[in-house]
This record gives sequence, C-alpha cells and structure tokens, in this order.
Amino acid sequence: MSATASRTGSAATGKSTPPITRIRPIGGWFDLNLREFWAYRELIYFFVWRDLKVRYKQTFVGAVWVILQPTATMILFTVFFGGVLGLPTGGLPDPVFYYASLLPWTYFQGAVTTATNTLIDNQGVVTKIYFPRLIMPVSAIIPGLVDLMIASSILVVIMLIYGVTPAVTAFLAPAFILLAAGTALGVGLWLSVVNAAYRDVRIIIPFVVQAWFFISPVLYPAESIPRVFRWVYSLNPMAGAIEGFRWSLTGVGNPPGQTALISAVAVMVLLVTGALYFRRREVMIADVI
Amino acid sequence: MTTSIEAHGLSKRYRIGGVERYVALRDVITRKLSAPARRFRGEPAPAKKEKQTFWALDDISFNIDEGDIVGIIGRNGAGKTTLLKVLTRITRPTKGYADIHGRVGSLLEVGTGFHPELSGRENVYFNGGILGMTKREIDSKFDEIVEFAETGRFIDTVVKRYSSGMQVRLAFSVAAHLEPEILLVDEVLTVGDLKFQRKCIEKMAQVAESGRTILFVSHQMNQIRRLCERVIWIDQGRLHRDGGTARVVSEYESAANALETEGGSREAGGPTQFIGWWLVEGERDRSHELQSLWAPIKVTFLLNVDKPLDSAHIGIGLYDSAGTLVWGIGEDGIKLATGVHELSFSIASMPLKPGHYRWKLSIWEYSKMLDLWDATTELLVATDPVTHWIDQWAGVMNIPAKFETQPASDDGRQEV
Repeated sequence: MSATASRTGSAATGKSTPPITRIRPIGGWFDLNLREFWAYRELIYFFVWRDLKVRYKQTFVGAVWVILQPTATMILFTVFFGGVLGLPTGGLPDPVFYYASLLPWTYFQGAVTTATNTLIDNQGVVTKIYFPRLIMPVSAIIPGLVDLMIASSILVVIMLIYGVTPAVTAFLAPAFILLAAGTALGVGLWLSVVNAAYRDVRIIIPFVVQAWFFISPVLYPAESIPRVFRWVYSLNPMAGAIEGFRWSLTGVGNPPGQTALISAVAVMVLLVTGALYFRRREVMIADVI
Repeated sequence: MTTSIEAHGLSKRYRIGGVERYVALRDVITRKLSAPARRFRGEPAPAKKEKQTFWALDDISFNIDEGDIVGIIGRNGAGKTTLLKVLTRITRPTKGYADIHGRVGSLLEVGTGFHPELSGRENVYFNGGILGMTKREIDSKFDEIVEFAETGRFIDTVVKRYSSGMQVRLAFSVAAHLEPEILLVDEVLTVGDLKFQRKCIEKMAQVAESGRTILFVSHQMNQIRRLCERVIWIDQGRLHRDGGTARVVSEYESAANALETEGGSREAGGPTQFIGWWLVEGERDRSHELQSLWAPIKVTFLLNVDKPLDSAHIGIGLYDSAGTLVWGIGEDGIKLATGVHELSFSIASMPLKPGHYRWKLSIWEYSKMLDLWDATTELLVATDPVTHWIDQWAGVMNIPAKFETQPASDDGRQEV
C-alpha cells in the first residue's frame, strides 16, 4: 500500500486525522525543525524544574553555596590581584569590579560545563525516549540563571558598602547576561555532540574554560587591551558580556557599544552554526553514547 | 480499517560490537596526523581495519492497523528493540522509512529519568513531561496515576527510599496514562509482582479497546498469547514470520526448543537425558503453573535412559528470573532400567514468591555427566504474595504466616 493511499484512508473516517510522521534516514544540513522544538517547549520547563528541585532540595546549602563561591573568589582576587599585584580595575573599587566580573563569568563557566555534558549526564533518557535533543543544551543553561540572580543580591550589598550607586543603565544587564547565555549555549551545542562521541572531550573542557578565563575581562578591564587589538578581543563574546554587565550596573567606564556589537554578532554565528551542527549530529547520539 | 504504522524496508546498520563506546578524540587525531607522514615515507597505509558492520534491521516492511495489538518476538539480539527504537525516533534508520499515523508513546524502560532525590510526586511530573504529557494533562490525571500505582501514602517520599517494585509501579502507571495513538512497549511487564503484571495487561487491553495501537515486545509467550492477535517474529534483523498469534508463537517455541538442545531432539528413544517436566497441584491437572501456597504438590521430571543406570546421581536446581538459585536438591544411588522414567518429588508447600522460575537438571554416573538440562518451559508461580509490602523487606521466600496477639500468660517473665 502506498503512503498516499492510506493518508486519504484515514481522512475518510471523519475523525480528526492524527499527524503523520515520516521516519527516514538523516535529512539535510539545514533542517533545524524549530517547529518541533516549539511543540516540545514545555519539556524545557520540566528539565529546568527538575534541576532546580534537585539543586535546591537542601535550600540553605544550595543558596549559600552560590553566594559563597563568587564571594570567596572575589576576596582572593581583591587581596592578590588588586592588593599585591595592583592590577587596574577601571576606576571601580576592587571588590565591586571583581564581584561584578565574576557573576557573568561564574554563570558562563557553569552553564558551558553543564551544556557540554548534558547528553552524557542524561544518557538514560537520551537512549530511551525521543524528543528534539536541542531541548537538552537549552535547558542546561537556564538553572544557572537562578544562581546568578541570588548571587546578584550580594553585588548590590557590596556596591552600597563601597559607595557605588547602581546606574540607571542597570535594566540593560539582562541583555549582557543573555549574551553570556548565548555563548554558553553555542559552545554547548558544538561540544555536547562531540563529547557524546569522544569521551576525552570531557577532560579537555575544564582546560578550555580556564584558558577562556584569561582572554575574558574578569581580572582586568578590556581597556587594558591595546586599541588595535580591541576588535579581535571582542570576538570573544564573553568580553562584551562581562564588560557590558559591569558597565550597565555601575555606570563606570565607557559604554561597551562596539565591543558588545562585535560580541553579539560572534554569538549569533556561534549559535546558528552550533544548532546546525547539533541537528546534523544528534541523530547518531543514541547510537554512540 | 485505518492504517497506523507502515514500515517500508526499514534497515539499520551498526558497527560490530553494536555501540562503539569511549572512542577517544586523541586517537582520531593521531590517526589523521600520522597519515600524511606515512604517505611521505612511501609506507603503505596500514591495512584499513575493515569497518565491520551488521544489519540490526534488514528490510523490514509491515502494515499495522489502528487498534491492533501486535506482539514482536525473537531471540535476544534479533533486532526487536532496534525496531522499537527506530519507530520511536530514538535512532534513525539507515535505509527505508516508516509512516506513523499519530503520536507515539513508548515504554522502552520504565522509570526513565526517575531521579532518586526527587519525591514520587515530582518524578511523576518530570517523567510525564519527558514522555510527552503537558503539565495540565498530568495535573488532571495525577490522582488516577497514584491510585493505579498503589503508592498513595508514599507519594511525597523521595524515590530512593522506594522499593524497586514501587518505583516500577509508579513508572508504569505514569506511562499507562499517556494517551498516544500508538504505544510501544518493551518487556516492561516482566517486572513487578504477578498481581501488578495482570493489572498492567488489563490496562493495555483497555488501551487497545479504546482504538489505540500497541506494539508489544516480550519474551514471555504467555503474555503475548494473552494480549496479541498478531505476532511479528524477527530473526537476525529480518522479518521471519508475520501472522496470527497461535501459529507464529508455537512455531517460535518449537524453534527455540530445537535450538536449546542444539540439534539433538529431546524425545524418548534418544540418549540418556531429561525430556520434560510438569507439576500436579492438589486436584488440578498437570501444568507448569503454581497457583496455591497451601496445596501439596508433586513435581515430576521425565528422564529417558538409553543404557541401564546402576548408581546415578541427579542434581536439581530452581533458579529465579534473576538467575539466583532458590532451591537445590540432589539424589544418589538411583537405579534405572532402559526406557522413560518419571522422577517425582512430593512437596508439602512451595513458599515461592510470584514470578518465573527455571529448572536446571543434571544427571551423573561415576563422575561422568550424562546430561545437563536447562528446561525451556518455565515454572510460573502465580500465588498471592504474603510478604512485606515493601520489596526491600519482603525477602526471598513467600511463607504463609498467621498473625495474632494475646496478653502474655505470665507477664513474659519466663521466656523459654
């Protein structure tokens, strides 16, 4: 029986015809199938909800940890890089500068790691149930935002202690976090499928992230980079994210217009290529994982 | 009849070893980098390791109508699970295609995504979500799900404190309340006690009656017989038989039996070997099923003897589905003439937990093993469980016990 014949057959019953799905070998390169992704959007909510539930099961420990980690790092940076080495902090008090830089960075570091490992960490689900796999890296970058919000409350306290008034541009801060989230997702899309196929990628990730830390303006303001190299530097989207986040909250320094723009373009490229690569490779995930 | 699933030449190729695990990127890079250097030195490329592949599915075509319950049978590794994985889109076919009319729900392994640190309630939501239910759907069916699973008072306890049986019941219950047009089930009903298994089978029959299609993979022919009208038998990735349940299943069973004896048929007149077994429970006829905890039973093994035995030894073991030896017995100094003999054990009560058991028998004479038999026909224990309701505390036996309390006659001062 041909496929067409049966399709008219089911229409003849008068019931609303159920959707027909054709299962076939791997499709083309540009088959993102975002409609299906949209149909499954509620699953993102379930994944995020589960992660948050598990993470904050012991509410006190969970919340304290997300504050303690950047705070402790901030103190270390203030003592060694600000105090002992005397690195410039672009006109901001050291603790404010470091803490404001660490927030988007800590988020990025966590998100990129979870997104990269998400397919392996959830392989029980991946090998047993179908859904658009794109859901997984997308869900992986969201729970960290809650941590970020909690940790941000401390930033306000630190700013007030050091007499830095929050700037009116603070409403732009989420846009820069979005930039960081997009970067984490883009990297996650590329690396998660590679990670599923080659297990040593998992070992390389921390090293890559660490190197990334030094090419991002966490320990120093981007203006320390010679002007001629600034645009190359901005190709790292985390440059735009961190500079922008710090600027939007404190209002100190120049608006990172050009940096942010270059970073945004870089993120878009990373996201689109990442999504295409991911879609292309996701069909073999269940076979290799 | 409306078509529900149409498969056209579905094929799936895997590398030998099925899944290639833990390939290191490092190896791939080394291989790629060393190739030009080798070519430069004029060395021949190393004999390219022939990528050995096999077809887990080979040109499978069938049509399934709406509302059918179709059983899929075959030996381990025949391709049954691969077929379900292709139909659920977990993996893609290498060749061929299938049209699926409607939403597909699958039960490839119950409890997928159950998180031990979350409560039963939270897991119902998460599991329902990944199975394709919306939050609203789960909200409206939540009470039904919990009631079916019989886990009511534990629903807010974290799942890691659940017994395995409770987890399975809850997981099956979530999946059973999915309402896809097509439900694919893989061997889930082998878990849980028999009472719950029956409930699951009823539920599946009910689902099918409502016009939905079920594809059911199982090794348990009694389940297949009870549920399915049609059976597809897959062998080495190919569709071997497709037809009415009674015919296909009996063909399959005789093939499985033949395979087990590796050519030599277990019949009277052959060498010295076991050829069958049955049990008689109370007044009931010969069967392979134990139904009562109370009735005395007699288990009989049929032995064919081709040369008279002077002083034979037999060893009998009863294994549960996990492969644990639950009971073993031996008999020495058995004298038997040529011919077929019944060797029987009378047993007052067999306190076994419900489930499937297998006999393994051996016969020896003067330290020489004459036969080792792993009985194909399983012992099905369908008694009611009388043990603790939490599996973890239920133990391995199913001992009927009567409970009573009364005031101690001497204040308990005098013990024994």
